[in-house]
Amino acid sequence: MRDVPGLPSRRTFLKASAASAAIAGIAAVPAKAEVKPEPVALTEYKPDCLKPSEWAFVMAAVARLIPSDGEGPGAIETRVPVFIDKQLAGDYGKASDWYMVGPYQPAASPLRGWQTPLAPLEIYQQAIPLFDDWCKTTHGKIFAELDAETQDKALTSLQKDEMKIKPELREFFGILLANTKEGYFSDPMYGGNHGMAAWKYIGFPGARGSYREWVGKHNVKYPLGPVSISGERG
Amino acid sequence: MARTEKKKDVVLVGFGWTGAIMGIELANEGLDVLALERGHDQATVPDFQYPNMIDELKYGIRYGMMEKPANTTVTIRRSLDEEALPYRSLGTFLLGTGVGGAGTHWNGLNWRPMQSEYRLKSYVTEKFGAGVMTEDMTIQDYPMTYDELEPHFDRFEKVAGISGTAGNVNGKIIEGGNPFEAPRSDEYPMPAMPSTWDGVKFRDAAKAAGYHPFPSPGGIASKDYVNEYNMQMGPCNHCGFCERYGCYNYSKSSPQTAIIDALKRKKNFEYRVNSEVLRVEKSTDGKTVTGVTYFDHKTGEEVFQPADLVILTAFALNNVHLMLVSGIGQPYDPNTNEGVVGRNYAYQITGGYTLFFKDEDFNPFIGTGANGFCIDDFGIDNIDFAKEGFVGGAYWRAGQTNGQPGHTMPLPSGTPSWGAGWKKGIGEWYGHAMNIGAHGSVMSYRGHYLDLDPTYKDRHGRPMLRMTYNWHPNEIRQTQFMKQKMEPIAKSMNPTTLQEGFKKEGAMFDVRPYQTTHNTGGTVTGDDPKTSVLNRYLQSWDCHNLFVMGANTFPQNTQYNPTGMVGGLAYWAVNAIRKDYLPNPRPLV
Repeated sequence: MRDVPGLPSRRTFLKASAASAAIAGIAAVPAKAEVKPEPVALTEYKPDCLKPSEWAFVMAAVARLIPSDGEGPGAIETRVPVFIDKQLAGDYGKASDWYMVGPYQPAASPLRGWQTPLAPLEIYQQAIPLFDDWCKTTHGKIFAELDAETQDKALTSLQKDEMKIKPELREFFGILLANTKEGYFSDPMYGGNHGMAAWKYIGFPGARGSYREWVGKHNVKYPLGPVSISGERG
Repeated sequence: MARTEKKKDVVLVGFGWTGAIMGIELANEGLDVLALERGHDQATVPDFQYPNMIDELKYGIRYGMMEKPANTTVTIRRSLDEEALPYRSLGTFLLGTGVGGAGTHWNGLNWRPMQSEYRLKSYVTEKFGAGVMTEDMTIQDYPMTYDELEPHFDRFEKVAGISGTAGNVNGKIIEGGNPFEAPRSDEYPMPAMPSTWDGVKFRDAAKAAGYHPFPSPGGIASKDYVNEYNMQMGPCNHCGFCERYGCYNYSKSSPQTAIIDALKRKKNFEYRVNSEVLRVEKSTDGKTVTGVTYFDHKTGEEVFQPADLVILTAFALNNVHLMLVSGIGQPYDPNTNEGVVGRNYAYQITGGYTLFFKDEDFNPFIGTGANGFCIDDFGIDNIDFAKEGFVGGAYWRAGQTNGQPGHTMPLPSGTPSWGAGWKKGIGEWYGHAMNIGAHGSVMSYRGHYLDLDPTYKDRHGRPMLRMTYNWHPNEIRQTQFMKQKMEPIAKSMNPTTLQEGFKKEGAMFDVRPYQTTHNTGGTVTGDDPKTSVLNRYLQSWDCHNLFVMGANTFPQNTQYNPTGMVGGLAYWAVNAIRKDYLPNPRPLV
């Protein structure tokens, strides 16, 4: 059995499966199949594609989109910025799968879908400096340097398009929010949802994928925590 | 440099459900059959294997099993005077690719249309008068009867492995099944699947209101099963990854699970992947076809593949596109209402209620694509069109299909879309919500059609397929009727809070959110070559050795998911080809 480079061994997964089978029906056993080393701190992380100013913006923005206070993990603890950087560096960021041939009508009704000539990474690259300029003019500082309350106001303005961003960039807030939630909920192998914390918070069992005996247990909460595709157990 | 391949008896364009059915049935006749598939090869092992398959980001959000719009897409406009724009990234419908096609990533919901739907125009006119139809409505009858199709529906259900509870066997109404279904000659091949809590709650509420709930019929195995081709299915484990995913468990009905491995063992069958058919070639007199030209993505060259019989077995939109770019049949012109290819395109209208129950646990990740309970009390046979002011109907269903949080996270309206309020909302409501959906018919209209785009080209330089479609007032009235009928049922279940999602007057077609992949019409079957592309055996009126399968043959969309009808029609057509056409190739009508 070949292991995927950079990912935990597939045998780890099998161990986790066997363990969960053995405890089926018993609630929460607080044990991990394998102790994983903690990944590099976000402040030390070297982005694949985001420049320092873009990284600083993403770090600050996701911290407001899914804040850390209150119940449940925030985007920072779940390492959502890493996910966004990796997605933007890959096929998604380049819109490799999409039909990106002109002529373009970026100002068409939003109901008509993605009509900008720009790929997601280009949108981040062009929109972040414009938004930072707007924050500076409107609130006196670039976004990352504002206090949390003002950041929330600025993001609300961005969502409502109060800065009248050019149509080529109008998807910016939408993809920023979508990518943030994707990073929060996707399998940890993509860099976010660290420790499956978002899955544990809402009660999604991840890649367990086997519930035959639970179909008929109506209105009874499923007892097991999540497993990831690469075999971590939450 | 074009190369020419050795002639085959039959060439199939596309290797999904209908390609697999045609392939095995015609290979069993001893014919030399070739299937050309534009996409990649894929099989349960290794492509759908656990756990890599159940990856929401890769398949559920980035659409890893779908055809990339970069390779193939359509342009869309909402009216004749709007400029069509490319469907650049996926949203409202998801077009599959590769071996198995959309049959690999569907939800498995499998139906036969209601009895009135086969002769809809006659039914509407006789029962309510032609005045109930809008002036631009172009619905028509199927050219074959339900009784003629019945054995072929039965066969498809037994090949595909459908679980369900029959409600009408040879006219005898059976308690617990759908009393409004067209009479079937036999039970479903497998008993119905068990339902999760949401389906059971809906069943009880519907029953209390005097309706007739029945388990949702679907291509999901409820037990061990072996079909006529000796293909095996095993019981489903309700993993909650049907739609957008291949099944790793040999439980969801698919061309792979039901047919393809048996077909691959036949020496007189061959399939070539990465082989994208560019056009069907006509003979000099235009009365027959000589084969197809395809692009071989491995060698980067065009290939002419001669064949005696050509059958289009691609997805609905691709079959229509091929007919248009091949110049077979007269393209439809909505201004003159003349021509046939591209005519009567239709879609599906859906709406529903989401109910939130603070203190109940639904475990939404436990599900199948065809989970839960349905009612057909508001089906097309059961509505007084004259009284209600529309033509159409819908079946309703409650049954969770997945709890994948990245794209299935219902929250009460008013919950913020981000920030502390959103995070609190997902913590409070994930696992405490359920949905009741209405899945409604869409009629065909003069202004809804498919043709070739004047501006945008595909990667082979062919004009793209252009779709002209918008929500019609008739369907808005239908869906608003469903809302009005559903509201008291939803409220009777006493949710903590609830909200509706039905299209309203003036709603414009929005290509962004996923709606359905039920694209129908464009090469419809009929009795009259002036209003149909195919005769009753799905044979081209123009070229007798060309047959066309798929939902593109529907004269208007039914109120159901199309696969059962697509499979039934394929068995009906191949039966005619085997018994009538092959001994004496000619126009069958």
